[in-house]
Amino acid sequence: MANLTMIQAITEALDQEMARDEKVLVFGEDVGKNGGVFRATQGLFDKHGEDRVNDTPLAESGIGGMAFGLAVQGFRPVMEIQFFGFVFEVMDSIVGQMARTRYRTGGKLNLPAVVRSPFGGGVHTPEMHADSLEGLMAQSPGLKVVIPSNPYDAKGLLTSAIRDEDPVVFLEHMKLYRSFRDEVPEEQYTVPLGKAGVAKEGSDVTVVAYGYMVREALKAAEQLEKDNVSVEVLDLRTVSPVDYETVVKSVEKTGRMVMVQEAQRQAGVGNTVISEVSQRAILSLEAPIGFVSAPDTVYPFGQIENTWLPNAKDITAAIKETVEF
Amino acid sequence: MAKQPVDYEALLSSIEASFPMVQILDKDGNVVNNDIMPDLSDDELVELMTRMVWSRVLHDRSMALARQGRLGFYAPTMGQEASQLASHFAFKKQDWLYPGYRDIPQLIQHGLSVSQAFLWSRGHVEGNNYPEDLHAMGPQIIIGAQYIQAMGNAVGQKLAGKEDEVTFTYTGDGGSSQGDVYEGMNFAGRYKAPIVFFIQNNGYAISTPREKQSAANTLAQKAAAAGIPGIQVDGMDPLAVYAVTKQAREWAASGNGPVLIETITSRFGPHSTSGDDPTRYREQESFDYWEQRDPLIRFRNFLKEKGLWTDEKEEELIEKTKEEIKQAAKEADQAPKMKVSEFLKNMHGEPGQNIVEQIEKYEAKESK
Repeated sequence: MANLTMIQAITEALDQEMARDEKVLVFGEDVGKNGGVFRATQGLFDKHGEDRVNDTPLAESGIGGMAFGLAVQGFRPVMEIQFFGFVFEVMDSIVGQMARTRYRTGGKLNLPAVVRSPFGGGVHTPEMHADSLEGLMAQSPGLKVVIPSNPYDAKGLLTSAIRDEDPVVFLEHMKLYRSFRDEVPEEQYTVPLGKAGVAKEGSDVTVVAYGYMVREALKAAEQLEKDNVSVEVLDLRTVSPVDYETVVKSVEKTGRMVMVQEAQRQAGVGNTVISEVSQRAILSLEAPIGFVSAPDTVYPFGQIENTWLPNAKDITAAIKETVEF
Repeated sequence: MAKQPVDYEALLSSIEASFPMVQILDKDGNVVNNDIMPDLSDDELVELMTRMVWSRVLHDRSMALARQGRLGFYAPTMGQEASQLASHFAFKKQDWLYPGYRDIPQLIQHGLSVSQAFLWSRGHVEGNNYPEDLHAMGPQIIIGAQYIQAMGNAVGQKLAGKEDEVTFTYTGDGGSSQGDVYEGMNFAGRYKAPIVFFIQNNGYAISTPREKQSAANTLAQKAAAAGIPGIQVDGMDPLAVYAVTKQAREWAASGNGPVLIETITSRFGPHSTSGDDPTRYREQESFDYWEQRDPLIRFRNFLKEKGLWTDEKEEELIEKTKEEIKQAAKEADQAPKMKVSEFLKNMHGEPGQNIVEQIEKYEAKESK
């Protein structure tokens, strides 16, 4: 066991998968010698060589096309989009091409590519760096969308994503990169895609969250323990496809649910989860489902982002409202 | 007054001078540049003409089938036979083709069956179920996307150490304006990937004329910005197209990186069978000008002069091809009915809960 930050866990997953499978290639802007702007690919260039870890020209669409063609040639490309706000430049490759390949060919050709990218608010980036755009991806049939909330899951989920036979969008919240450490096994392991995790068990209310919001939800849960409210925190881990089985099981147990996402109310995956739970577990609910999200504006200017982003206080208030209904 | 730092007019004319158009046969089939005559045997010359006539018949029959409602989307190819078939003629079976949606003739020559091409046009998944040994992607609908994918394919061939194997891809004059076209060429140059890019400049992107796409005097010169060779060729001259393509393939296969070829060609008909009327945007003189430059006229004259071709032979070929196409259309009619449940199964290798539930729902529906 080593005590690793999430960024270290990600590097370790990439390194070990590259060592295990020579078909794995890592490329993107500044990922080579520099090791990526967040150092996610630190040391990989020196260890695995320029053929397998390289700096592309600065063009996201080209990076996406390259991943597509490499996968057709039998490689397992792991492409980096430097910040997920730049994804609009490469939407066609991801949503229009990779996501449709298995369907388009009647199952004959699969496209095992991983799109890795940092995202998420609260780190004072310039515009178009911090947006939570996972909803755009989750709405696209044919993609898996994975968002880890801690170092242990990050390593196991990324390993699963690289081994997956289909395109996976792997989103890394910037605020989680170095904010805390976790015990992470040195050997390889996988955390399955499409399975939610229970971040904290509880019996009065289910909070469904993902990414950095899991941390805020845990803070809220801890706070509420003092008021004798037992909060179960679920970590979706994969936001497409969602593991409804785990969510519904928990809601049936607690009878109450609060959905939490960093994305705007109209974005993210919260609306989908709430809709499905309403259909699958309405008779178990003792209160309307709460929904904590950012407001429906464009991602805000840096100086007001901490006011705009949902936090533990908002989650605590929503839980109280639901519990006291 | 101080001298200007740079003479812009001289700069622009030097760029234009760098991209002359390669030609071997003039419009009547006379050899105008014997020095670069490709080394093709009589049999190969006849085979190339055979493929071009085959393609013209495929075009005619596809238009007729579309009128009868027996084809879906179809992009006419009449006029582009030299650009399409003579370029393809320079590639090998192991080379990878990334076509645009007008490049069905090359796909078929590369190994796709005519009936599958028809199924693709009709909107049936079997049209995309390619045999293992067919090194090709399906026709790309997003203009220019094939350039970046083909580039990735070629980078992969290079990394895998494939020898004597390249990638080739086609777009049009409209496509040349897409960012992906530049990104594809630029990445391919940077990775020295074995790939030949084609811009088939047929004068119109649906209705928008070539001169509205770019201030660039040639589209071949777009290669210069990526640091790769760019060649402009008479796209109505099969021998010139073949010669230029063969050289480009050799260059790419020898580890020198990509080449861009602009073929100057013309589509004689509408953009597609979906209601396009070219007389809305094209003068009669344009049709007349280009029909005199029909690649079949000049190649037929050239071959007849050499005693390799007769009208009877062509008639026979046309009849034979018509029959083959008729059979292919019939075969396409036999394709199994598609099921939504099958598509659900082909979304992921390992389906999520939503897909599993929906498969169950649709299978129940479909079994009724």
